[in-house]
Formats: sequence, C-alpha cells, structure tokens
Amino acid sequence: MFPTPIEKSTPGVQVAYKVMLPVALLVWLAPLLAVALFSIKPDADFTTGNYWGLPSSFEGFTNYGLVFGSDMPRYMLNSILITVPTMIGCVILSSMTGFALGIYKFKANIWVFFMFVAGNFVPFQILMVPVRDLTLDMGLYNTIPGLVLFHIAFQTGFCTLFMRNFIRALPFELVEAARVEGISEFRIFWFVIMPLMKPALAAMAVLIFTFIWNDYFWAVVLTQGVESQPVTAGITSFNAQFRAAYHLMSAGSIVAALPPVAMFFLMQKHFIAGLTLGAVK
Amino acid sequence: MHKFLKASTATLALAVAATGANADGHALSGDLVIFSDMSNPAPRATMEDMAARFGEMHPDLNIELTIIDREAYKTQIRNFLTANTPDVANWYAANRMRPYVDAGLFEDISDVWEGTLSEELASTKGAMTLDGKQWGVPYTYYQWGVYYRKDIYEELGLKEPATFDEMKSNCQAILDSGKKCYTIGTKFLWTAGGWFDYLNMRTNGYDFHSELMAGKHKWDSDEVRATFANWRELLDMGAFVDNHTSYSWQESLPFIVSGEAAAILKGNFAVAPLREAGLDDSKLDFYQFPSINGDVALAEDAPTDTFHIPSGAANKDNAKAFLKFVTSAENQTLINNGANLGQLPVNANSSVDDDKFLKEGFEMLSSNSPGGVAQFFDRDAPAEMAKVGMEGLQEFMVKPDNLDKILARLDKAAERIYK
Amino acid sequence: MADTTVSTGTSQRSWYKRNEIAVTPWLFLIPGIIFFMVYVIIPIFQSFYYSTLSWDGLGEPQNIGMANYAELWDDDAFYTSLWNNFIWLALYLLAIPAGLFIALLLNQTIWGIRLYKSLFFFPFVISQVVVGLVFGWFYDPTFGLFNIALGAIGLGPINVLGDEAYVTYGIIAAGLWPQTAYCMILYLTGLNAVDPEQIEAARLDGAKRLKMLWYVVVPQLKPATFIAFVVTIIGALRSFDLISIMTNGGPFGSSRVLSFYMFEVALSEYGFRMGYGAAIAVVLFLIMLVFITYFLYSMYNEEKGR
Repeated sequence: MFPTPIEKSTPGVQVAYKVMLPVALLVWLAPLLAVALFSIKPDADFTTGNYWGLPSSFEGFTNYGLVFGSDMPRYMLNSILITVPTMIGCVILSSMTGFALGIYKFKANIWVFFMFVAGNFVPFQILMVPVRDLTLDMGLYNTIPGLVLFHIAFQTGFCTLFMRNFIRALPFELVEAARVEGISEFRIFWFVIMPLMKPALAAMAVLIFTFIWNDYFWAVVLTQGVESQPVTAGITSFNAQFRAAYHLMSAGSIVAALPPVAMFFLMQKHFIAGLTLGAVK
Repeated sequence: MHKFLKASTATLALAVAATGANADGHALSGDLVIFSDMSNPAPRATMEDMAARFGEMHPDLNIELTIIDREAYKTQIRNFLTANTPDVANWYAANRMRPYVDAGLFEDISDVWEGTLSEELASTKGAMTLDGKQWGVPYTYYQWGVYYRKDIYEELGLKEPATFDEMKSNCQAILDSGKKCYTIGTKFLWTAGGWFDYLNMRTNGYDFHSELMAGKHKWDSDEVRATFANWRELLDMGAFVDNHTSYSWQESLPFIVSGEAAAILKGNFAVAPLREAGLDDSKLDFYQFPSINGDVALAEDAPTDTFHIPSGAANKDNAKAFLKFVTSAENQTLINNGANLGQLPVNANSSVDDDKFLKEGFEMLSSNSPGGVAQFFDRDAPAEMAKVGMEGLQEFMVKPDNLDKILARLDKAAERIYK
Repeated sequence: MADTTVSTGTSQRSWYKRNEIAVTPWLFLIPGIIFFMVYVIIPIFQSFYYSTLSWDGLGEPQNIGMANYAELWDDDAFYTSLWNNFIWLALYLLAIPAGLFIALLLNQTIWGIRLYKSLFFFPFVISQVVVGLVFGWFYDPTFGLFNIALGAIGLGPINVLGDEAYVTYGIIAAGLWPQTAYCMILYLTGLNAVDPEQIEAARLDGAKRLKMLWYVVVPQLKPATFIAFVVTIIGALRSFDLISIMTNGGPFGSSRVLSFYMFEVALSEYGFRMGYGAAIAVVLFLIMLVFITYFLYSMYNEEKGR
C-alpha cells in the first residue's frame, strides 16, 4: 500500500481497504472487547459456560456498582495522586535538564547526557533492593511521596533524552539572537525556549502518564496498602478477592484502564505532534 | 454487614462484659494498631467486628485496624515489621514465623501464655513455640481432608474409602463413569503441598514427615520415593483434572461444582465457596484421608493462623490484652462459628459451631489423629525449601518421569538451606 | 526589560554575569542530577555491593564475597531464566516489523483514519496487568478463545500457560500486542517525515512495492527504527508484570526471566535472599550493558557527525 496513496489505486482496492480496516481493528482489539463483554455479564453466564455468547441479562450496573463500592475508587485516587505530581515533576526537571543539554556546549555535556540515557536503560530491577531500603530509611515507605520521588527520578532519564533531542532540533539562531539582545539565560529558557517546547511537553506528559499509571512493579515494591497503592496493585488485590469472578474482574480492569485512555484521547493531537517533532529524532 | 455487626454485638453483650472484666481487670487507653491479612469477605467482617468489640470494652482505646490483601501481606510483612510497625499483626504458626523470630522482629510473649492460657490452648502451644518460647497466639485452625460429592458417590454406589486400595478402586469407578476423581489447581503451588503432606504422612508417618520438613532426611530416600510411587499410581490413573497448572484453587472449584470432578483435598475454607456455589450438605461431604500404610498412625494437617506482637510495637501492653481477648473462650466460640470464619476454635473451653464439617473435623483432630498434627508443607518447612519443594511437587504432577531430577534438586537446595 | 540587562552589562559585571553561559547549564542540571544520582546511579553500585552479601533483609548482613555468583553458576533456575530472557529478546523484536506493517497499513488519508490510528495504539495505553489478565483468559484451557479456535481447525487443546514448552511463547505473544502498538506509533510519526520527492524519484526509476519499501522507505525510517529497537530491548529485559500476572513464573518456574527470578528470591512470599537477588540483578545489568554500550556508541557517532 504505502507508498502508493490509496486514492490513486483502483476503486476495487479502495473499497477493499475500507472494508478491511474495521475488520482488522476488531481483531486487533478483540481481547478488549471480550473484557468489555465479560464486564456486563451476570455471574450465571460463567457457571453455565456461556463465556463468549451474548449476555443472558445486562448486569453492567450491578458489576460496575460493585467495583465502585469496593476499594477501587480509593486506588484510583491514589493513582491520580501518584501520576499527576510525577508528571509535573518530570516536566519541570526534564525541561531544565533538556534545556541545559540541548543549548549549551560544554565538555561534560555528552557525558551527563549519557549518564541519563544509560540510567534510563538500566533494567530497573537492579534498583529494587537499594531503592526500597532508601525509601524505608527516609520514612517514605508505603507513602505516595515515596513512590512519586522515585518515579520522578527514574523518568528523568527518559524525559531528558526526549526533551534534549527536541530542543536540539529547534533553530539555535533564536538563542543567539536573544543573547545578542542581552537577554539573560533564565529569560531565554522561560520566554524563548519554553513556549516552543509545549508540543513536546504535551507528548511527554501523555507518555509519562501512561508509564506511571500502569506501573505495577514499583507499586508492589514500595507500597503496601489501600492508603497508598495505585490501581494496578489495587486491581490485583481486587481480583484476589473475586478470583474466578470474571465479570467483576473485567469491570475492575475496565475502570482501571480508563484514565490513561481518556488522557490519550484528550491529548491525542499534541501527543502525535510532539512525537513527530521530538522523540523519533 | 452493619446489621450483622450490631446483631452479634448484642447477643454477645453479656459475654463481652464478662471477658472484659476477667481478662484485663482494667480499661485500656492509648493506641492499638492492628495489621491484618483477613481480607476475604467473611474473615474481614469477623476481624472488623472483633476490633469493634474490643473497642467497646475499652472506650478510651484508639484502635486502628488496617486490613491488607492476604497475598500481598505475605511479602509486605517484612517491611512493616522493620518500619512502620503495628502493635499486632497476623501471621502463621511453626516454621513460617521463624525468619521473624530469628531476626528478633517478633516479641517473645511467653508471659501471656503463663497460667491458664497454656492449658486452654494446649493443642496449639507446640506450633507457637520456637526455641522454648512462645512468639504469638493462635486464633483459628482448620482441618484438611477430602471434600467429595456425596451424590456422585451414591449414584456410583461408592463408600467413603478407609484404605488406599479403596481410594483407588473408588477412583477407578469414578473415572469409568467419565469423571475425574480430584480437582486441584496448582498455579500457586501450595495445593500440591497438601497432597504430598498426606501421602507422605500416610506412607511414612508423622515423625518421618516432620523430620523431612526439618531437613533431617534426604529427599532421595526409599521412604520419600515410596510416597511418590503412591502418588504416581494416582497420576497414572489420570485421577486429577487436566491442566491444573493453569488454575488457582478457586478456579479449580467449578470442576467439583459441575460434577466433572468428584472430590477435592482441601482445608475447611473450601466449604464456604462450595456451598455458595450451590453444593448443599446433601451433595457435599467429608472424609478423612484414608490410611495407606497400616503400620503408621494417622496424622493430619491442621494449619493454625496467628496473631503476633512485633518487637518494635509501641503499645505492647494493649497488644497483649488484645491477644488475650482474641484467645478467650467466648471470643473463640464466636469468631469461629459458621457465620464468621467457619473454622475451629483454638481454646479448649470454646464450643465448636453446630456445623457438619466443623464437627466432623473437630472430632477427627481430637480423637482420630493419633500420629500428630502438622501445620502444612509451607509452614513446616523453611520458606525457601517450601518454595523449591512445592515447585518440584508441581513438576512431578505433570512430569512424573522427572522424579530423579526433582529429588536431586531438592536435596541440593536442602543442603544449602538447612546447613 | 532590555534596559535592565544592558545596565548590568557594564565592566562591573558580577561573577555570575561574566560566567553566565558556563554556569547556567549546571544550575539547570543540578536538581535533575541529584535526583538521578540518589535514585538510580548510586543504587546501581549499591546493588553490586549487596550481591556480595548473605542477607535476609531482616537481620545483620554477612559478607560472603563471590559466593552468590558461585551459586548462580550452578543454579538451574538461573539458566532457565537466562534462556527465557534470550527468547524474550529475540521474539520481542518481532514487534518492530509488525509495528512497521501496521503503520504502513494505516499511513493513508481516508476519512476517519486518525481514529483508526488512535484505536490501534490502544493496547499500549492499557496496563500490562490488564493485558496479562485478558490473555490469561484467552489461553484458558477450559473456555479460552485460543483453544476454541484451535479446535475449529482440528487441533488442540493446548494448555498454553500450564505447559513448560509453550508458556514463555504465550506470554511473549501477549507482550507483543502492546509493544507492536508502541512501535506502530513510532513508525507512523516517522513516516510523516519521509521525503515524498525521493519516493517519487524512485517511482520514476521503476521501483516496485517491496523494493521501494526496503531501499527507499526503510532507510529513511532509521531514526524511528533505532528508537523502536531501544524501547523493545528495554521492554524485553524488564518484562515482569505479564509473567507475574499470567503465570507467577510457573509452571514449576519454567516461565521465569531474570527480572522475575530476582524479585522472587529477594522479595516474594518465600524469598528472603537480598544478596542473591542483587547478584541476579547484576547479571541482568551486565547483559543490558552490552546494549547500552551499543546505544550510546551509535548516539555518540551521530553526535560527532553533526
């Protein structure tokens, strides 16, 4: 197909393409559709073996009601309290580091940059034991700030890579012109570079939101109870409680998955724009 | 749940008043922080109710109860014992508590056991004792055994087996009728430990079994091989449901509910979900695991769940009063009844609820388990050994031909773990 | 604004003003570096130290030198995990061609294509915990669609997650789903940057579909491919969530990878061996180091080329 634009092909191919797309999409998303289907089924459908057929009755309200009546809302709130500050922290830190590494030429530049990149590539399991102990020592074990601080620090690696590459791609003449004008470096950062970074920041924010919202490993390592665990850990304990209750597990999963999906659709335009401009360079 | 909470407090108002007076003598004040792993619906309600009743006895006491998911709790306990320490925490008896005892994280509470408590809790005192001291109190225990479909047995004209031969001939009849004899889900491994416990205790006796768990015998020995040979007979018959490695124990229950499998070897906690799934007492019954080697006395698994005081606890006096309250005869009768935990009370002065399975289990443990009472594979063996061991058991169930390799692996692990 | 800056720009400029361009980057870098040092760089070295200890995480640690590594050398479970890691590495890379394929498929301008692109990206946005759960049901030996499908063509049933021969592949297939979506979006953005003139020129030269793709389009997508390669390798070596949710490492430990195994021995229900876990982590780190070196090397070359 690519690189031939579809408009240039025969009408038969065009129709075939337009028919094929929704079918392919259905297959691609089949697992999710199955979960959505499960989540509105009554319990009885599973005992009678009606797994994949139509629901014998619509129990969506009951099932989702149960999810919202459990600890899930609290887990969702925790996830938000973890994800949003992390997002903000990463944006602040990495726009600064990205600016420093993207604009200034100094000897250590590449090595500092490599430190961030290498650290970002590290299999994070190697950090597990020391970070857990560090968090315990700081008295932040099983607290939301404990998790947030770590996430900010770790994601700074990825975000610095992202922002630095983006800033590199900006026309450097802008900075030079500003310097000739005698504008201070801080002002260059704030008034010249920052406004141009907006699409990249938006894309990065979506990525970070997705990464952090979906984090399970660190949630298990650094937190332990309903007062601080995010929804990924919550869904497993919810599932442990309703093991083999597929309809409830499905409803819980859907609820847990919604926020990043919503975030993605809200920011879709910026996300694609940001990726196009920065990440793939 | 609220209604239920009120009802049970009302009926017990008298008993509570009495306990309050003789257990502590005075009202407590200050704080009491409890971490509990009783996260399943019924135990959770029981725990909340128990804390509420203790709070009523001591109006000035500020009780903070945190209930943590039972599975997650197992990995989290080591963190909260070293930081963020509660005053009271749930755990399990026997070797399962050894890492925390050895690390000095559980408080020696032998003083709580002094006097009448030791007599009332005599049956479980051994399981709470390490190095000659007591490190916690039990709050419940439950029998293990075979829960079977009475209606299927009747339909096929089968009787509860008393010997291994009868067990096998029953099984053959069930297989011939197109069903499986036993359902099991080994995804989380420990269910296989139950089968090994019983087969080994029946083949080699309680003493050998507990010595094996303590690392005093080789896995690659004639005795252990005899146990596996017995197990293999069942495997070769095709006695167990297929694909059991994919199921948790909960996911293995539908097979017995639907009648595709006729029985399950399990602890008494399986009764509640089976009843809920529609198996009433006319369809579900219980028998003791049959004798295999006539020369060894019958012994049973009866895991004990416990409360402990972390050594870093801030309010140890309050915690001790709570433990006394938990183990008191009245409270034991209440929390273990059918409406609550549906298990066996640990206090000898308590009464066992009028429930078919509880009565049968109590009877079995008190009069028909002369060999002894084991905790469970993963509570009797040290944690690491339990993990390696249960993995080997699961592998054996799927690939019985790998037995030599498995035994060699277990011996190698044992050498390091028990040194 | 201009006034104030000019007035300070006299001969009496402060030290900061004189060195502004040299100092500013460090002022901007310091918070990031401190965070990263404390939480990432120092812990890596701490892990090296921990790997020489015998420590249950509770009591006093004991220094045992290289004993943990000696034990690893002789540990079957370690080799199983290591081998699975290589399978993961190899097969996870399939996400790259698969992602490219879908990206090419969707790189058209018909009505509603934006929505299609977004919906195809969907799996990546969803937590792996949920992905694992869903695929667990998909493979379920009693009711899973997988076995129904196999049955329809006269095969099966296969107990994918309960059979040591299939389990790792089953989990990787689940992992490929979101990873393919990720690669797809990278390629979609990359395709935006493909130069239409070159395509046109190649077309005039008579280049046909596959040849065009291989010799004209793919080379232009090199930056996207590089990033896709990087994130896929990282994803493969970090795989933990799916294994933990779908099989818990089983059956009998046959679906473990190093990252899961180290969690298991150090922090899981029966795991009390911080030192041993750290030793496994170090091995994982050394494997990763090969890739990190390669990544940095190619980035370094690119920097020099500028």
